[in-house]
Amino acid sequence: MTALLWGIIHTWLVVGFAPFITGLVRLVKARLQGRRGPALVQPYRDLWRLLQKESLMAESASWLAHLAPYLVFVAVWLAATIMPTFTTDMILTPAADLIALVALLGLARFFTALAGLDVGTPFGGLGASREMFIASLGEPAMLMVIFTLSLLAHTTSPANLVIFVLAGNVGLEVSVGLSLAAMLMVAIAENGRIPIDNPATHLELTMVHEAMVLEYSGRHLALMEAAAMTRLLLFMSIIVCVFFPWGIAAAEASLAEVALGLLAWVVKVSILAVVLAVFETLIAKMRVFRIADFLGGALLLALLATIFLYVSKAE
Amino acid sequence: MSLGHFAYSTAHLIGATVLMMGFGLLYQRRMTAVINTYSFQAMALAAAAAWQAYVQNAPHLYATAAIALVFKGMLVPFALNWLVKQLGIHRTVETALGIGPTMIVGVGLVALSIVLVLPVTESATAMTRENLALAMSVVLLGLLMMITRRNAVTQVVGFMALENGLILAAVGAKGMPLVVEISIAFSVLVAMTLFGIFFFRIRERFDTLDLAYLETFRGERQ
Repeated sequence: MTALLWGIIHTWLVVGFAPFITGLVRLVKARLQGRRGPALVQPYRDLWRLLQKESLMAESASWLAHLAPYLVFVAVWLAATIMPTFTTDMILTPAADLIALVALLGLARFFTALAGLDVGTPFGGLGASREMFIASLGEPAMLMVIFTLSLLAHTTSPANLVIFVLAGNVGLEVSVGLSLAAMLMVAIAENGRIPIDNPATHLELTMVHEAMVLEYSGRHLALMEAAAMTRLLLFMSIIVCVFFPWGIAAAEASLAEVALGLLAWVVKVSILAVVLAVFETLIAKMRVFRIADFLGGALLLALLATIFLYVSKAE
Repeated sequence: MSLGHFAYSTAHLIGATVLMMGFGLLYQRRMTAVINTYSFQAMALAAAAAWQAYVQNAPHLYATAAIALVFKGMLVPFALNWLVKQLGIHRTVETALGIGPTMIVGVGLVALSIVLVLPVTESATAMTRENLALAMSVVLLGLLMMITRRNAVTQVVGFMALENGLILAAVGAKGMPLVVEISIAFSVLVAMTLFGIFFFRIRERFDTLDLAYLETFRGERQ
């Protein structure tokens, strides 16, 4: 029964909390750049404003462009419900594993790219082709990280993985360190953060994600934006829950422990958001053709993590 | 978790950091970034030596750590930076082989060193074995760096990285005399000085530090 309750709370929390994290990143970045920055609730206001507005579509848009925002948002939302954030005792967590999570994110990316192509504007096509280019390297890297962790814990289920790490079975393993580095690089690329893509700009030459959703307005745009925010929170959750799971409540935990888990998750994700903002302020955007090197590096790190796993096993 | 396991995994982790910096060297293509990465690698090496000193209870390894930190972590990068400024090549961007292929070859080399080291050292403890595998990877990556770069300064950095790998192997093995390490450290410093002079000579002669021009001079390429 509690699993159902926590599942429902978690499902709404991942969507409800996501704009706050985006707002936090924007605010810290603005402060670091010497601006006052928008209020923390600004992303909520933006989404609300977009939902009120009329949604205009290009004349050349097919049914696909109308459908894509809903599909993208639902796919990302579903992916976000798989990851146990504050307790491992959730009803949806055993339903799918980390590979399904990657597949759902891939589905969302696929429909975003299709929507970008659908209207037939050059920017949409450009953004879609770049997104696929990034995904073709980022996705194998993420899968490789997941394979490494799965080999280590003998499970692909995120809940069991968290339980395995919490039980102290994983020390300071080289493989885990390498996986963390690879995962951070993939997360930066998948969420279109600096140095891969700049989420704050509409400058034609550099944009990837913004180029694909350029044709959307109103509620469609709100859904696309909400999906992007949820994806950012999801990636942060994966990083903090798999690599730093301390505080997550186990099954049959008391209410206080779950509350503690919730608090721990909020604090950890907020810290990561601040770190992301500082990192983005310090680093400059990369040339598009350097992205292959960056993500290739992530893929190789993940590969090395697997290799070292076998070295450690050979004891 | 026992202290033995903790000591082992920490040593392993620091060794992997040194290796990662080796990959960082392959990844960077700007002169100053390469030198800074080398400096980080030397500092990680110092940490590895200090940790081994603590674990093995061998005070002389602290001296090794101090040498790595002061000479390789600070003095050599400082000298190289100065040299690069003097030569006016601190903005040079250079790659002989692309970054991607280089990294792939690098991972292949790591796999190769693991395959080589594991069967040979079957009787050794796990700690020594993995340390050797890591150290050998660092050495091979240093060699790869020397092969794939065209500029004399980055080739020297590759040589220094190779030497870092040697020291990493040395600190992992029990009973390495301090004299050997000091002499290695000083010979590297001497080599560094010689290279510095050599850079100026090459540039005087060919007006460049790009070693591709040497091939024409030797008659290997028309």
